[in-house]
Amino acid sequence: MAIIEIENLAKSYRIYQKSEGLWAAIKGIVNRKYKDVDAVRGIDLTVEQGEFVAFLGPNGAGKTTTLKLLSGVITPSSGTARVMGYVPWKREDAYRRRFALVMGQKNQLWWDLPAQESFRLHQQIYRVDPDQFDRTRDELTDLLDVTRLLKQPVRELSLGERMKMELIAAMLHSPDVLFLDEPTIGLDVVAQHNIQKFLKFYQQKRKITILLTSHYMKDVAALCQRVVIIAQGVIKYDGSLAGIVDKFSGHKVISLQLADQARFDDLDRFGQVLEVVPPKAKIRIPRAQVARVLAELLASHPVEDIGVEDPPLEEVIAEVFSQVDHREATQEEILAAAEKA
Amino acid sequence: MLAGARTWFMIVRISLEERLAYRGDFALGTLMRFLPIVTQIFLWYAIFTAQGGADRPLFGYTYTEMVAYFLMTMVARAFSSMPGLASGIARQIREGEVKKFLIQPIDMLNYLLATRVAHKGAYYTIAIGPFVLVFYLCRDYFATGFPPWPTFLAFLASLVLGFLLGFFMEASIGLIGFWFLEISSLLFVYMLFSFFLSGHMFPLTMLPEPWQTIVVYSPFQYLAFFPAAVFLQKVQGAELVRGLVMEVFWVVLFYVSARMLYRRGVNRYSGFGG
Repeated sequence: MAIIEIENLAKSYRIYQKSEGLWAAIKGIVNRKYKDVDAVRGIDLTVEQGEFVAFLGPNGAGKTTTLKLLSGVITPSSGTARVMGYVPWKREDAYRRRFALVMGQKNQLWWDLPAQESFRLHQQIYRVDPDQFDRTRDELTDLLDVTRLLKQPVRELSLGERMKMELIAAMLHSPDVLFLDEPTIGLDVVAQHNIQKFLKFYQQKRKITILLTSHYMKDVAALCQRVVIIAQGVIKYDGSLAGIVDKFSGHKVISLQLADQARFDDLDRFGQVLEVVPPKAKIRIPRAQVARVLAELLASHPVEDIGVEDPPLEEVIAEVFSQVDHREATQEEILAAAEKA
Repeated sequence: MLAGARTWFMIVRISLEERLAYRGDFALGTLMRFLPIVTQIFLWYAIFTAQGGADRPLFGYTYTEMVAYFLMTMVARAFSSMPGLASGIARQIREGEVKKFLIQPIDMLNYLLATRVAHKGAYYTIAIGPFVLVFYLCRDYFATGFPPWPTFLAFLASLVLGFLLGFFMEASIGLIGFWFLEISSLLFVYMLFSFFLSGHMFPLTMLPEPWQTIVVYSPFQYLAFFPAAVFLQKVQGAELVRGLVMEVFWVVLFYVSARMLYRRGVNRYSGFGG
C-alpha cells in the first residue's frame, strides 16, 4: 500500500482585496472585497514508502500549501489525502508522532536555550524512549557534526548550524514521513552540501519517505529520484529529473568550433544563436532538425569540433515556469478586466 | 497520564531555564515591581492626612489597613497578572508560530499554562526575598495579625484560583486573535476594566451602588481585591464561601471559553490558510 495517497486535493483561500489609497481603505472598513485564490486545484499523487520526492514549482505554485495540507496545518476545500492511513487534518496524536515538518524559514527550537534542551522537550512531547532518544540524538549529531554545539544557546549558532539542529529536532522521534520545505534556503554551498549528504544517507538507511520542496536544483539533483512539478496548483510533471528535459524541451543545443577566419555572421539561419565567442559558438535548434542542421553545417562551414547537447536542466525548468507565469499573468488580466466590467 | 505529567514537568523546567537565561533583566524586572506600591502608600498617606488623619477610617479602611490592603493586592496580583500572555498568543497566531501546536502532539493551552507556572515559579524564587523584607518592615500595618488557619487556607485557594482565572481570561482574549489578528485595543479595554474593577487601585468597597453589586459579580475582583480582603478578614463566613464558589465558577467558565475559542480558532485558522 502506498504511504501517501492524495486524490483530487484542492485548497482555495479567501483573500482580502485591498485597493490603493486612503479612500479605498476607509471603504474597506465596511465593505470588503474578497477574492478566492486557488492555491491547489485538484492534485492526485501516490508516494510509496521509502521514496524521496521533490516538489518543484515557481513561488506561489502550491508546493508549500500541499505540504501544509499533508501535515494537517490546513484543511482542504475538497478532495482526500491519507498519510500512513491517517487523514492529516484530523490531527490525531498517533499521526503527529509519526511525521515531521521542517520549514527552512521557521524555527521551532528555543532561541535562548542550548539545542539539547529543545531536544529533551521533543523527547517528552513525542514520548521517545530515553535510551532510544540518546542513541538517535548521538547518531544524528554525529552525522551532522554538531555534537560540540549542543550546549550552545541556539541564538549563537550560525544559520547552517541552526538548520542542522532543526533537522535533528524533527528527526528525534524517528518519523516515518518527513516533509521538508526549503531546508537549505539561505545556506552557503558547504552547508547545503552537508545537509544533502546527511539527508541522502539517512533516508537510505532508515527507508523513510521524504517530500521536499526546494529552489536549489542541486538539492533535487542530489537527492530525489522522483520530481513533481507543480504550477498553478496542478501537477504538470511527475517523473525522473532527466525526463523533464525530454518532456518540456523540444530543443537541442549544438556547440561548434570553427576554423580560423570562418564566418560566424550567417549562423542564425540554422537556428537561434545563443553565443558566439570565436572560434566557438552555440546554436539552439528544434530537436527534429538536428540531423539536417548538422549535415548543412558540416557542408557549409569549416567545422573543427561539434557536439549536440540537451539544454541545461535549470534552463528548461525556468522555461517551464516562465510559460506558466505568463499564462497566469494573462489569467489575472482577464480577471481584473472582468471585475472592472 | 504519567507521560503527560513528565512532559509537563519538562516544559516547566525548560521555560524556567529560559527565564533565567537573561539574569540581569529578570532580576531588575522582579525588583521593580515593588516600586508602584511605594508610590501608592505615599498617595494614600496624603489622602488620609487631608481627610483628617490616619486614624479616621475612609470607606471602612483606616490608613494602616489601607497599606496592608495594598500589600496584599500586590501578592494577589503576583499570582493573577499574566504579563504578555494575550499579546503573546496573538503574536504567535499572527506570525504563524501557532502551527507548531497543530503539527506536534502537544496542546497549546496546556503548554502555555506550564510555561506560565514556570515563569511564576521563577518570579517567586527571586521575589521571595524582597517580599519577606517588605512584609517584615511593614508588619505593624497588619493590625489584625496573621489570620486563623481556615482563613489562610481560603486565602491560598483564592490565590491559586486567581492564577487560573487570570490565565484563562487573558488566554481567551489572546485567542480572539484567530479572528482579529491584532488584539491590542481589545486588551486595552480589558486592562482598563481590570484596573478599576480588580481593586488594585483602591478597595472595591469604596465604590457606590450600583457598582458595588456589579463588582461583586464580576470576575475581576478575584484578581486582586478578593484574596486581599480574605487575608485581612474583611470577607468572612458565608460571604467567603460564596465568593470562593463564584470564583470556581468563573475559572470553569473561562476555562471552557478558552478551550472553545482555541478549537474554533484552530478550525478557522486551518480553513483560512495557516
